[in-house]
Amino acid sequence: MTPPAGPSSGIRFENIDKRYGGLYALRRLTMEVTPGECVVLAGPNGSGKTTLLRIAARLVRPSSGIVTFPSAHKSPAAGDAPTGFVAHATMVYDELTAEENLTLFARLLEIPDPQTRVGKLLLEVGLVDRRSSLVRTFSRGMRQRVAIARALLHEPPLLLLDEPATGLDPQGTAWLAETLRRLRDAGCTILMSLHGESNISSLATRGIRLEAGRVAADTRTGATLQSILTFADA
Amino acid sequence: MIKQVIAGVLVVGLMAAAAYAAFFVAPPERTMGLIQRIFYFHAASAWAGMTAFFVCFVANLQYVWRRQQKWDSLAVSAAEVGVAFITVVLITGPIWAHPVWGIWWTWDARLTSTFVLWLLYVSYLLLRTLIEDPDRRDLLSAIFGIFAFVDVPLVYGSIRWWRTQHPQPVIMGGPGSGLEPTMRKVFFFSVLALHALMVFLIAERYRLEKLRTKLDVVRREAEAL
Amino acid sequence: MSLLANASVLLGKELRTEFRSRELLTTTVVFILMVIVLFSFTFDPTSAESRRFGPGLLWLAFLFAASLMLQPCFLREQTNDTLSALRLSVEDPFAIFLAKLTANTLFLLLTEFLLLPIFSVLYNVAVLPVLGWLIFVFFLGSLGVSIAGTALSAISAQARMRELLLPLLLLPLLTPVLVASTEVTKALLDPSPYVSWKGIGFLAVFDLVFLTALWLFGEYLLEE
Repeated sequence: MTPPAGPSSGIRFENIDKRYGGLYALRRLTMEVTPGECVVLAGPNGSGKTTLLRIAARLVRPSSGIVTFPSAHKSPAAGDAPTGFVAHATMVYDELTAEENLTLFARLLEIPDPQTRVGKLLLEVGLVDRRSSLVRTFSRGMRQRVAIARALLHEPPLLLLDEPATGLDPQGTAWLAETLRRLRDAGCTILMSLHGESNISSLATRGIRLEAGRVAADTRTGATLQSILTFADA
Repeated sequence: MIKQVIAGVLVVGLMAAAAYAAFFVAPPERTMGLIQRIFYFHAASAWAGMTAFFVCFVANLQYVWRRQQKWDSLAVSAAEVGVAFITVVLITGPIWAHPVWGIWWTWDARLTSTFVLWLLYVSYLLLRTLIEDPDRRDLLSAIFGIFAFVDVPLVYGSIRWWRTQHPQPVIMGGPGSGLEPTMRKVFFFSVLALHALMVFLIAERYRLEKLRTKLDVVRREAEAL
Repeated sequence: MSLLANASVLLGKELRTEFRSRELLTTTVVFILMVIVLFSFTFDPTSAESRRFGPGLLWLAFLFAASLMLQPCFLREQTNDTLSALRLSVEDPFAIFLAKLTANTLFLLLTEFLLLPIFSVLYNVAVLPVLGWLIFVFFLGSLGVSIAGTALSAISAQARMRELLLPLLLLPLLTPVLVASTEVTKALLDPSPYVSWKGIGFLAVFDLVFLTALWLFGEYLLEE
């Protein structure tokens, strides 16, 4: 797996509030992810994991508070580099082929020589022989692979994943774990939300549990990764 | 509380004075008789309605810029009051037209444009009821409100230029008809009175809206527990 | 320029998606045709009457069709949350609007050209002599419809009752386009045709005003 372009990017959340009507999805949340960490985010449904990830992806605007992206070395590009984001939804077009989808996003991201990059990614995610098939015809596992390929197009220094193993069979999960391991080892910062323990969660160098929009436990401050993950679905 | 009562009394007083002026001070119009006096309220309501929509427009801009709840509360208050005044305009139009010309509606340029204006702001209010999340509702309706207000001069312009070719009864007289001096004074007094009413109504509606939003927040928090 | 480059890439996507299925185009064409035929039942289609009512009915049909055609514009980006993918990939979110409004204008124009000969035959109006100018006014009018329609479709996609809401919001807003476009078209189809420069200028102003408004506020429409 190619190392991320430029230095790794961290994330700093300062006093983040996110309100939907009177309801707080996130409440005065302060947290920092250092560059290169592989962080697993756990917590019961409704604890704010998806909201936090979408705020980190800068898709959602916090009601108050600041998100910044400090990098290992001071580089103007890294802070602005779009993050890679993998969500529940595949975020690719069903009516286009795998190759068309990836080429579309590669050109939008202004990646030099998009064709080569797309070809390389299709190879890495194992979809070369299905490159000209419409995504509509793909299985859930294959769609997830396209989604991940899309997220990795620009070799992001920061990768955000929201329950990426949902709907994947054991083979798909194993492949995902292997892919993430290689990214982590190559220096990519990873923040992912998971439900329970798995071969993906074992990749984490740190775990954080959210409850009711706040940080409830952190392996940095003594909690074990296991406790963070298994109390998640109380 | 006492402030509102005083304000209310003042407004009622102004309105009563304006009504008196319209019926007793203004001289009778040459051809139309008594019904013509409705003009003072018809035209002044139109002005007050437009001012209310302008307030809504400014509030919309402020909300998009600052994202403070109060601007949204002001916007919806102004829009509702504006719609109320414009409804009065649309009702008094036919009330005037029928005794004078024997028809209920004339596709007079101003009246037609005012009808479209009414439709725009009713849509604005309807839009607000159809979006669940309060913050999205406030932001999206603010942007629609901005689009709507920007459209208003275009609506009036296009209708005035191209929908008034045929000779037809023109409410409030065409560009040539001036107002006799006393009439003009009564008219401007009516405008003043109705603007005072507008401000009072917006203020009261705004207070109500602020209470409603507070209640909404409390209710949601209670539901979440 | 990044904005135009992104917009053209996205425009390619919009066109490719639509031409692959052609659902939107075919249903829109059939709808306008139906409206035109139905309208013809409501008055006596002599040449004089047609010339009086025809242009207005034509533009009314275009507006109704547009308010239906524009529904999927942002709705189809919700299916797999591709809108988020776009927002993550483009620097300026206005590129998304620019691409969509261009695509919508092109789709509208395409349906209008397909229907023009049919309209000409059914209503006995001569369109060939003034074809160039007709194309021009169709373009300006459709552009106005698309700009406003694309913006409002982003709004209605986030609301309930969106099938009714979009026409409800769009039609009053487009009154100036209806009036001005009808005026210019009527002038062109007159026995002694002339160009209504006032109308054309007005449409250009409408387009510019709403394009600017969309440019200023578009990103807030996509915000979460």
